[in-house]
Amino acid sequence: MTEGRPPLVFLERRSYRQRRVRDAARLLPVLGLFAWGVPLLWPRGEAAPGTASALVYVFAVWLGLVVAGALLSFLLSRGDVDDAREGGGDAP
Amino acid sequence: MTTLNALVAVCLSYVFFLFVVAFVAERRAAAGRIRWLRSPIVYTLSLSIYCTAWTFYGAVGSAVRNGLEYVAIYVGPSLVMLGWFWVVRKLVRIGRSQRVTSIADLVSARYGKSNTLAVFVTILAVAGVTPYIALQLQSVTLSFEVFGADLAGGRFDRPHTATALWVAVGLALFTVIFGTRNLDANERHHGVVMAIAVEAVVKLVALLSVGVFVVWGLSGGVTETLARIDASELGTWNVAGGRWAGITFLSAAAFLCLPRIFQVLVVEAADESHLRTASWAFPAYLMLMSLFVVPIAVVGLDLLPAGSNPDLFVLTVPLSQGQEGLAVLSFLGGFSSATSMVIVAAIALSTMVSNHIVMPIWLRLTGGGASVSGDVRHIVLTARRLSIAGVVMLGYLYYAFSGGGAALATIGLVAFAGMAQVLPAMLGGIFWRGATRTGALAGLSVGFALWLYTLFLPSLGPGVLPVAMLDEGPLGLAFLRPQALFGIDGLDPLLHAIFWSMSLNAGAFFVGSVLSFPTPLERLQGAQFVNVFQHSPGPRSWAGRVAQTEDLMVMAQRILGATEAMALFRREARAQGARGDLPEPTPQFLERLERELAGSVGAATAHAMIGQIVGGMSVSVEDLMAVADESAQLMEYSARLEAQSTELSRTARQLRDANLKLTRLSVQKDAFLSQISHELRTPMTSIRAFSEILRDSGRLDAGERMRFASIIHDEAVRLTRLLDDLLDLSVLENGKVSLDIRAARLSEVIDRAVAAADAGAEDGALTIRRDRSDEDVTIVTDLDRLAQVFINLVSNARKYCEASAPALTIRVLTESDRVLVDFIDNGEGIGPEARDTIFEKFSRVAEQKAGGAGLGLAICRQIMARLGGDISYLPGQGGAAFRVEIAEASAMAAQ
Repeated sequence: MTEGRPPLVFLERRSYRQRRVRDAARLLPVLGLFAWGVPLLWPRGEAAPGTASALVYVFAVWLGLVVAGALLSFLLSRGDVDDAREGGGDAP
Repeated sequence: MTTLNALVAVCLSYVFFLFVVAFVAERRAAAGRIRWLRSPIVYTLSLSIYCTAWTFYGAVGSAVRNGLEYVAIYVGPSLVMLGWFWVVRKLVRIGRSQRVTSIADLVSARYGKSNTLAVFVTILAVAGVTPYIALQLQSVTLSFEVFGADLAGGRFDRPHTATALWVAVGLALFTVIFGTRNLDANERHHGVVMAIAVEAVVKLVALLSVGVFVVWGLSGGVTETLARIDASELGTWNVAGGRWAGITFLSAAAFLCLPRIFQVLVVEAADESHLRTASWAFPAYLMLMSLFVVPIAVVGLDLLPAGSNPDLFVLTVPLSQGQEGLAVLSFLGGFSSATSMVIVAAIALSTMVSNHIVMPIWLRLTGGGASVSGDVRHIVLTARRLSIAGVVMLGYLYYAFSGGGAALATIGLVAFAGMAQVLPAMLGGIFWRGATRTGALAGLSVGFALWLYTLFLPSLGPGVLPVAMLDEGPLGLAFLRPQALFGIDGLDPLLHAIFWSMSLNAGAFFVGSVLSFPTPLERLQGAQFVNVFQHSPGPRSWAGRVAQTEDLMVMAQRILGATEAMALFRREARAQGARGDLPEPTPQFLERLERELAGSVGAATAHAMIGQIVGGMSVSVEDLMAVADESAQLMEYSARLEAQSTELSRTARQLRDANLKLTRLSVQKDAFLSQISHELRTPMTSIRAFSEILRDSGRLDAGERMRFASIIHDEAVRLTRLLDDLLDLSVLENGKVSLDIRAARLSEVIDRAVAAADAGAEDGALTIRRDRSDEDVTIVTDLDRLAQVFINLVSNARKYCEASAPALTIRVLTESDRVLVDFIDNGEGIGPEARDTIFEKFSRVAEQKAGGAGLGLAICRQIMARLGGDISYLPGQGGAAFRVEIAEASAMAAQ
């Protein structure tokens, strides 16, 4: 929070940030779909990648999505402090 | 050494442990200590019933057969949960605001509470889930046999159905005990959810333990394991793109539609904010569950003799290495997976079966006469218990008759595909307001039929559908071959079925919706579902129980009145043994409060109000309609009341008027009596005084005696006249006078009256002016009484006219309907202030010439009223003027 800035602007910035976090939460599964759709492009037969590397790729995507999801969830829960005045949201 | 008996003992103690967990959770929930039971972790873990024994054991088998394809089954649900902001959040919100009890309930509620749809979805669910339950029973039985075989040193040819039966009975018992303890309005089962969460931990720990043992214990580390994988027969990526995408889609769809998942995901959801945690924690759980599948498969292929069942590698790999403890743990993991799935599936299915099939039938059979709520609750509980037993037993029978084996192994994805048919109707219902019941029914029917024809029936093996039909199509119609519809051959049967059933299902749903017209209820529900975030309150955690009771108190005070509400709450608090005045909002208390409120505002309104406060749910359209009904009745009632009160106030006003009149009359009567006594007393006093003088003093001369006697005589005459007048007046006032109606000329009556008035007069000073031509009118009336009025008027003029040459003008006016006779003298007249009272009794204009008692004009007015005419004072004539009006009938009749 910057000194001297009116609180209204601060709140607006905050709710703006919240809405962008929600956009990110909406985008996450699309990203996951893309990343997990990559194996569709892999060749089969002779040129097929090894199972070990495929396994590493799939689980790396998984881990990345989980971490991103956890981060977004944390950011979203901070936003609920603002919602609290509407109906008493869960305190984070 | 582990014996089979020891295994059974382990199993039983594990089940006992679950019982204790569920029991303690129920007790804590009943005591209101639910904070921990409702934590996001428990919610996330309860979602793990997605991982059944089929995935616990079968994933390794699938990996052996199809490489990494098994991952797709976990990828779908992971994507759904990561994308919770799209669909799951909306489902949970709708589920809470509409008090949804199952997926069938959700679909039916969205499409105008259509029970047809609910029955349809229920049948679909039973058809899809029963084989799945059979699969769980099979896996538990198989794992038992593995231990048995291992110990006996041989192999079982066929699994014993007896084991499956015992497992089924035990599971049914557990489910009945903890799944139907109470009929919570929100259909939440704390005990079951807690047990499921514990089982989720057990199966994760079991699989991870085996995985760790395999990777670090048998393979020597991560790098070595990866090398071993690449070197194995699973070494290259061989998953067909279609299968990968198709199964991902299918598992995602099934995750949203499977009744058991819907149960824990939506129905048991305590708080919307838990979704936030579950959105990443559940994918993490799935990731861990699938992490070691491939290593186990590869090691199993290496270590175990060729031909071993890869579906049981999770058990057989530790066993082959002599890791009895690990094997038992792994067994418990599989057992947990199977039991939790069966329990939740049975609860979800039984809710659907009892709510949408058993109860409607029962209510129809009994004529819907169950008006007592407790009665119905009992029936519902019984129906639900029977449904649970029925569903589990159906699964057992399916298992027993299919004989287990390969036919069952594929049933998992088949069941997924079956339940996925609900997806278009469900997603369409929550995102598209134009979706209608007709469309949903069309889509579901098409999808269900295609699923049966292209996937379910062929999957049952050659016994069900004839081989010829599979190869050449029904009746030889090749383009209708179940696994190659419309001539598209060579597709994977599962993909083929998903493709056709889902696309035609969605198509029929869309076309049916576009072409049909929804009912009003359907449209309202549609709006409520699609715009649920505008209609329902924001995410709210349960704000402590006392706060709720206070809210209830505030509401009850408004409706029942402060004292009564306080008394009710205090009584309840006392009955509950609570300190203070606020009772816990137990179901019993809420029920009683609802009944009390219903007495004031109607049942539906009371229900809606309490629901609003306790459940935090929004009011459904049906509630609103019922409320509107009630308020219409109330308004009609109050309108009737208002009419009655208007009438009452009118009557009261009339009564008040009557009372006033009576009071006035009574006052008049009193005044009259005192006047009478005064009038009587004055002559009596002088009579007594002069008669005493005559008696007592003997020396009176004759002249004096004469004078005194004549005074006495005069006063006696006056008394007599007064009494005559009073009698006359009383007779007239009581209406008892009998009239002597005759015809005569008006001039004759006036002649008689003037003569009579002159007769009694001392002096003849009064001049009377008359116009005899005007008086030539015949009247029909009581002539004597009329003459009496005229005499009175003439003698009044004689008595009171102050003029030096008093004169009286008698003027007659003949109008069409009446005759007017005016008596006008040339005196001073009567002042305006006296004009109102001259016709009253005992009123005298001037005291000085008190010749009469003041009854004359009163009598005149009474007489004229009797004769149907009138007498009134005529102002502005230059003297006292009276007008006598003789009514029309009398005058006309004489013409």
